[in-house]
Amino acid sequence: MSNHDKLPDLPPWADKLLRFFCAPHLLEEIQGDLHEAFIHKAESAGIRKARRDYWREVLGFFKPRYIRRKQAAGQWNHDYSSKPFFGIDMLRNYLKIAFRNLVKNRGYSAINIGGLGLGMAVAMLIGLWIHDEFAFDKYHKHYDRIAKVMQKGAFNHEVFYNEYMPAPLGKELEVKFADDFEHVVMSSWTSEHILAYADRKFTRKGNYLGAEAPDLFSLNMKQGTRAGLKDQNSIMLSESVARALFGTENPMNKIVKLNNSMNLRVTGVYEDLPYHTEFRDLSFIAPWSLYVATQNWVRTAIENNEWNNNSWQTLVQISPNSNFETVSAKIRNLKLEHAPETAFLKPELLLQPMQKWHLYSGWDKAGNLDGRIRYVWLFGIIGVFVLLLASINFMNLSTARSEKRAREVGIRKAVGSYRTQLIKQFFTESLLVVTLAFVLSVLLVIVILPFFNEVADKKIEFPFDSAWFWLSGSAFTLITGIFSGIYPAIYLSSFQPIKVLKGVINVGRYAAIPRQVLVVLQFTVSVTLVIGTLIVFKQIQYAKNRLIGYDRSGLITVNINTPELYGHYNALRSDLLKTGAVADMSTSSTPTTDMNSSNGGFDWEGKDPNFKENFGTIGVSHDFGKTVGWKFIAGRDLSREFATDSSGMVLNEKAVHYMGLKHPSEVVGKIMKWNGKPFTVVGVIKDMVMDSPFQPVYPTIFMANYNWANVINIKLNPQESAASSLAKVGAVFRKFNPGSPFDYKFTDQQYALKFAAEERIARLASAFAILAIVISCLGLFGLASFTAEQRTKEIGVRKVLGASVANLWALLSGDFIKLVVVSCVISAPVAYYFLHAWLLKYEYRTEISWWVFVAAASGAMLVTMLTVSCQAIKAALLDPVKSLKSE
Amino acid sequence: MKRTYLGEFEEIVLLTVVVMEGQAYGVVLMHEIIQQTGRDVRLNQVHSALQRLEEKGMVKSEMGEPTAERGGRRKRLFKVTAFGQRTLHEIQEVRVNYWTKILNPLKLSTQL
Repeated sequence: MSNHDKLPDLPPWADKLLRFFCAPHLLEEIQGDLHEAFIHKAESAGIRKARRDYWREVLGFFKPRYIRRKQAAGQWNHDYSSKPFFGIDMLRNYLKIAFRNLVKNRGYSAINIGGLGLGMAVAMLIGLWIHDEFAFDKYHKHYDRIAKVMQKGAFNHEVFYNEYMPAPLGKELEVKFADDFEHVVMSSWTSEHILAYADRKFTRKGNYLGAEAPDLFSLNMKQGTRAGLKDQNSIMLSESVARALFGTENPMNKIVKLNNSMNLRVTGVYEDLPYHTEFRDLSFIAPWSLYVATQNWVRTAIENNEWNNNSWQTLVQISPNSNFETVSAKIRNLKLEHAPETAFLKPELLLQPMQKWHLYSGWDKAGNLDGRIRYVWLFGIIGVFVLLLASINFMNLSTARSEKRAREVGIRKAVGSYRTQLIKQFFTESLLVVTLAFVLSVLLVIVILPFFNEVADKKIEFPFDSAWFWLSGSAFTLITGIFSGIYPAIYLSSFQPIKVLKGVINVGRYAAIPRQVLVVLQFTVSVTLVIGTLIVFKQIQYAKNRLIGYDRSGLITVNINTPELYGHYNALRSDLLKTGAVADMSTSSTPTTDMNSSNGGFDWEGKDPNFKENFGTIGVSHDFGKTVGWKFIAGRDLSREFATDSSGMVLNEKAVHYMGLKHPSEVVGKIMKWNGKPFTVVGVIKDMVMDSPFQPVYPTIFMANYNWANVINIKLNPQESAASSLAKVGAVFRKFNPGSPFDYKFTDQQYALKFAAEERIARLASAFAILAIVISCLGLFGLASFTAEQRTKEIGVRKVLGASVANLWALLSGDFIKLVVVSCVISAPVAYYFLHAWLLKYEYRTEISWWVFVAAASGAMLVTMLTVSCQAIKAALLDPVKSLKSE
Repeated sequence: MKRTYLGEFEEIVLLTVVVMEGQAYGVVLMHEIIQQTGRDVRLNQVHSALQRLEEKGMVKSEMGEPTAERGGRRKRLFKVTAFGQRTLHEIQEVRVNYWTKILNPLKLSTQL
């Protein structure tokens, strides 16, 4: 074809594209027409429009009709490019040869497919995990309009955020901002309650919610309507609870007994909320109005318009034409207006959208949203890296092996293969491997998913029916295949047959450098992951070993949630002590693993009038100290023998420091006033870890107070086995509290739960770190065997000349060990940087000690040596006669 | 009746080829159709139609002389074949037949 003169303004890429895909026998007329039309258009509508039209037209010609080459029988010498673009026959040939190559090099293929498959499986799991994290709460139809009212404030110059709302807030929002909210729902906290019907009774988590809650959650009703909470004595049950209570009976309009004290009519049954919602535990919903009517403190809070008692939650759904920012701005000063006495806290109300609840559940010290999103990032990065490691292996092995195939390329070319054919051949091979790896990874994920769910505390199902999943999987397969095939395809096909066949393969000194860089990168990632995992475990262990200031062995707690227990405590206590199974018992407002109430309003001698205090406040019975075994550093325990102790207080050490006193003994015997009422401080205890084991202990005041009893603490008799003690204790409880099940919790188990999130992360991270190492080693193994094979002759010669097996081993392993040393050196500062940042999150934290780095590095070294050695020794033991005979 | 499959757009292209009397090729056909019908026709549609017509044997083509405005490229000139002419006639007959059978001539009004 002659070189035509081009039009200057024609979009050159469009023209190129056309020439690329258009069948040659049609090109001339099409191009001619296009050019003519272009000139015409340029005259009539301007050059820009003409260029745009030209592109449109070129793209329009991208159709099989114009791509298809002319069937020209017996014209094989014609132009090669007039062969079909994606010829089915050649493709079959490529596939056949690729498959034969795979089978011929079983070892390489296994390493390649296995390693890549493993890497892809890890990435897929992480991808599913991340997808699940982002899918949180989307169950609710109006997900994007639901929010929680939050409060921002500053206390002693420290900014805080919380979701505790005053009781009158709901009404206020409903009345004053009717246009902005579709639903306003006041809520108690989801907690355990006793449900009973006939002889069936059990403890389930549920909540008191405003009547519009079912609408706000867009519950799927199985029976009844979403309006079921209008009546004060109604209750809505989740499907599973309804089935557990009523079996096959129709639950509607049956009477359920709540907490042994309220008879409620079932007015609706809703589909269980799925696992990935914030309200997954919501087994039943009772009306907020019932809560207000039956709980004195709630009723008074509403009746007296108490705006400074923040004890509830407020959920809202904003109107479709509103947005979170404007509503937040409107309600901002609401609390301050109604409770001006809280001005020193600078309270501001704002909305936290549901989209942020799960991943951005809290605020860091700088006031930025923070939370699980950290882990999404962390795992996302790990996933990308593991996948990268696997792809690197694949690339390394195929380039390493490609040099071996130089001769094959030479012969193919000499026989008459086109370069494009070779390129296609190599691409087909890499695509085949990646496709097989993808299939393997899907199988692996299906097998691993149940275990993964258990470790990650998830309920992820394999997305067989998700087009999105398969599409991204295929896209990924294609991209990896192309990327990893690109080097052998371009590089090898460029060989000149004469040179190759003569044996002059221009490998050069630097041919191995990219491969070495990749190995270093791999091991840097692996070692960093290992160091990270070690530190995470160390941190958990550190917090676990923290002195908690009391004795949690044999300690159990039982919730007081029925009037029977509340009213007959003393009789219960004497009966329990009589059994001999109980060493001591007491009541308290919270179990020792909790800390959920704090108060200001304290006054003491020498207090700075500008100091705004906030103490953790816990009401305990006199025997609490003996039950939990707290330790005194000054003063004495509360005692029944001193009548004045009914207004006695015990402080923790932290509280003493918080008050600005140096010595705990200074405070003993002093009077402390709370809201004007005097209390005597009788003793100071060592700090007890009640809240997070990772955070500093809160300044806490323990007050003798029987009215605040929410739990019974029982110290089981250490002489007796827990099982028999529990049986005896249970019997007594059932006698006193026949309507409810005997539910107890071991304090040490409750304490262990505080580590659950961290441990989950640690287990996942360690699994990934191990996989990363396995994948890296697989690659190393392949590379080592390749090098050994490549240097067979050299080894033979060296052996003949007298090299020992040890010499040869050092020769072959040395290169790799050097690379791993470099990786360790690089990974140490990287790991240090990230872990330091991670640890800063915890107040009570371990230090990053040097031995962690040494352990990780020597581990990596050991694994490398094991991996490489077996190949090196195998090569060194080879009979030189055999390896040298062929020349 | 023997069936001749001819799409509506193909029919228009074929008619235009007849009208152009031996001077028909891609671009001029496109321009002519745009002028006559007021449609937004694109070159590749015209080409496709011409290829289909050629496969059906309704037009035949040969390469013309190269011209400067086409960057020295030749154009493919189309002529209608006898079969093409007969097909057009048949189509017209069918239509005329229908029109004559209409008892009440269509009026520009809507009767509901």
